[in-house]
Formats: sequence, C-alpha cells, structure tokens
Amino acid sequence: MSSVLDKVKFDSEGFMTDPKAWTKEIGEAIAASEGMKLSARHWVVINFARKYFEENGESPTPRNITKNSDVTTKELYELFPGGPAKLAAKVSGLGKPHGCI
Amino acid sequence: MKTFLILGAGTAGTLMARTMARKLDLREWKIIIVDRDEKHYYQPGFLFIPFGMYKPSDVVKTKTSFLPRHVEVIWSDIEKIEPEENRVTLTRGKQVIQYDELVIATGVEIRPDQTEGMLGAGWQKNIFDFYTYAGSVKLAEALKRFEGGRLVVNITEMPVKCPVAPLEFIFLADWYLRKRGIRNKTELIYSTPLPDAFTKPRANAKLGDMFKLRGITLEAEYAIGSVDAGKNIISSYDGREIPYDLLVSVPTNMGVEAIERSGIGDDLNYIQVDKGTLQSKRWPNVWGVGDANNIPASKAGSVTHFQHELVAANILAHIAGKTPEEIFDGHSLCYIESGRGKAILIDFNYDYEPVEGTYPIPGIGPFQLLKETTINHWGKLIFKPMYWGMMKGINVPLPSKMSKAGKKL
Repeated sequence: MSSVLDKVKFDSEGFMTDPKAWTKEIGEAIAASEGMKLSARHWVVINFARKYFEENGESPTPRNITKNSDVTTKELYELFPGGPAKLAAKVSGLGKPHGCI
Repeated sequence: MKTFLILGAGTAGTLMARTMARKLDLREWKIIIVDRDEKHYYQPGFLFIPFGMYKPSDVVKTKTSFLPRHVEVIWSDIEKIEPEENRVTLTRGKQVIQYDELVIATGVEIRPDQTEGMLGAGWQKNIFDFYTYAGSVKLAEALKRFEGGRLVVNITEMPVKCPVAPLEFIFLADWYLRKRGIRNKTELIYSTPLPDAFTKPRANAKLGDMFKLRGITLEAEYAIGSVDAGKNIISSYDGREIPYDLLVSVPTNMGVEAIERSGIGDDLNYIQVDKGTLQSKRWPNVWGVGDANNIPASKAGSVTHFQHELVAANILAHIAGKTPEEIFDGHSLCYIESGRGKAILIDFNYDYEPVEGTYPIPGIGPFQLLKETTINHWGKLIFKPMYWGMMKGINVPLPSKMSKAGKKL
C-alpha cells in the first residue's frame, strides 16, 4: 500500500529534513505513524507552529505556543505526550529542538 | 549634536561604549550609557562560588572603572523605549532622551516567579539559583551545610544564558561531594527540557558517557510545571515527580521588563534582530547586542566579544547611509568545567556544531576541542583576568569569526 510518506525524506530520528515539503496530509500521516489521531485542538498547535516557522525560521518553544494561542501548557502536554516541543515539531514537519552542545 | 544611546553597561554595553567612543567623531556625537546597577559582575565566575573555588569578591568590580571618558553615564532604570519616536524615558526624574542610534544591551534576568511555587517557602532555603551573585553566594553556604541526600539540578525552559553552566554545575558538584566524602550519600539528578544532556550528535558521541561515569541520573524532556516546597517535590507537566533535598534551579531566563512594558520584544522580552547584522528587524537605528537579543546563539560573554566589532562597523555603515554588511556567524567559545581540575573546550557557530580539533592555533593548540584536559581548565581560569582586561580595553587577540582550520568538520 502506498502512503503519502513514501516520498518524504526524514532524518534518523524521524524529523522531516525539508520543512517546506510538508502538507496537512503528511502531518496526518506522521501523526498516525506515532499512534495519534489529530483533533481540532492538535491543529491549533500545528497551525501555529507552521506559521511561527514561516515567520521566524525556527520551531516555536512551548512558551511561544501557549503565549500566542488559547492552549495551556497542561493541555499542550496532554495533546502531545512525552515532549510537546519535539512531537509537535515532528508532526508539523519541523526540525528537532537543540541545545548548543 | 547627535546622540548615541546605549541601554545597559554590562559586557555588551561596555564593549560598545568603548568601541563607539573610539570610532565616532565626538565633536558630532554624544555617547550616553544608562544602567540601573553600578556593579559589574564577572558572571561566568558565579559557577565557582558555590564550591568555594572563587570568593564572592573575585567577581565584582564597579562599572565606572570600565567606562571610557567622554561617555556620559546615567544610573537609572528604564521606564519606556519608544523606537517610533526615537525616544527613551528613564525612571529617574522621568528624564527623556532623544536618540539617533540606540543600542539595547539590557541583558537577561532570571525569573523564578514564572514557575508555580518556586518563590514559596523553599526559595533560598533549599532552592537556589546560581545565575545571580546573591544566588550563588547563598548556595555556597547551603552546600557547606549539605550532608547528603538528593541534589537535583533543573533547567526550567530554554533558552538560558550559558546553556553549558548547568552541566558544569553538576560535574563540579560530583567532584566537590567526593572531596567532602559524602558523594556516596548523595544522589545527583539532572533534569532538562532538552531530549538529552548533549543534543548535538558529535558532542553526544564524544561526551555522552560523562553522566554514566559519574553516576548522575538524567531526567530528559522534563518540563517543570510546579514546585511543592512543603513536600520538596518538583512536578513536570506530564506528571513526573522528582523529590529533592537541595534543588538547584536554572529559572526561566527573560529580557528585562522595560522591553515588555515598551512592547518591543518577543515572548521572552528579547529584541528581535537580524542574526547576521544584529540590526532590529523593525527599526533600522536600533541594535540588539549581547544576551538581550534573540539570535540563536549562546548567551555568553564570548559571543558578545565576537559580535561587538562587527556591530560597530554595521552601525557606522548605517550612519553613513550604507547597508550594514558585516555578518556575525554565531561564533561561540565555551570552556566546560568537568571536575577534577579538567575542562572541555567547545568552539562553534550557527552552521557548525562543536567538533574536535585544536584552538586557537590549528594543529597545535594548546587547547583541545571537545576533549577533557587539564590545560583546558587553565584556559577557563585565564578567562577571568582576560575578561577584566577586555573590559578595560585591552584587545583580546581572538578572531571574531570561527576558523575552520585544524578542525574535524
């Protein structure tokens, strides 16, 4: 069975290497591969993350997300369990958050 | 007469004042610098104070001893910055300053108030920061009294100034507790919102076992939600609880409140600048230098040092009606103390992660990049006299841009 993910390039940790190639369908498919079904609330976060990336060239931090949407930090962790910045970035086709070392 | 206004007389503001005093025609320009605190702190030294390696007096001098003559100094907080009007209002006497060029170098503050319960009954009793002078001095007293138990280091959220300092703290704590003979009675726990202690692949491959070798527990992807100072427990948003006897916190780092009051920064009150030229993205005669800006680099003094000559050149170009062309490459240089009198040196920029090699002379050194050596520790110690010298205007002969020679890129 073919999937929309067949032609998408990922790094070794499952993050898209080219954020510009992302589409909503790809987002849905990445979420499904992580065992998630996306709700309207997930999309508030994903849409914000995409917009933030287009404007700033980087993934938003949890603070950026909660300060600029009606999603609280607690809800953010419920939507994206075990690390929202990382999982939200993955589903949104953005890079993994890094420290300097 | 035109006005060149600098807000903040820390590392970045002082370097900018000195450089501009040398480069501007002072018959045409008046340079004014504003700060609310007359003391200048050598902030990297805060790390050593808790372990008795530096005395508190080693890291403090007066700001006036570093500011060049011909620069007017005003001691005041800032009420409001209004870039649309080219105007800054100070709190002292509500003084209004009209400027032609503005450098914002107001730095970073720690904000324990941003985490629920952090400023409760435990604050500076068994919860401490070491990113402030007062915090590190009080932590030194607490560590002296410490007789074992659970010592938890927590990073609240990124970015923080000097992202390697929490690692250095836990390595030095391990060493310090061994010397005191109570390491076997202490559990060391390192909790971070990042996915690992070392997140860059090369650094992780070289240094990833440092925690295991020292018996330090890593709690990764840990986003602290609250502190319960009654039960001595921190909880993450996803419900993970970590009990502590001594909590060493790196609280949320934010730009100053004057930036927020003025509505001119990002969500953490940082000034948004072009990461190459450091010119404001909204107002061409406003520049964000040092840790007050939002560039994706380490908020360290070395970064400021590498920036200041380039920014000065860009400001002069802007004054002359030309396009700023000097591009900062994100160059950072950090010594990471690892305990037992050793340190690791890392050298990196926007494009290259920390790699192996030698510094500053390709193929020779004497410092070894991404390796734990004794001479790297001496390098860290030499930073202090070098820093005070640099603040007095002695040139530090390290090139601004990262060199690729002698490195395994």
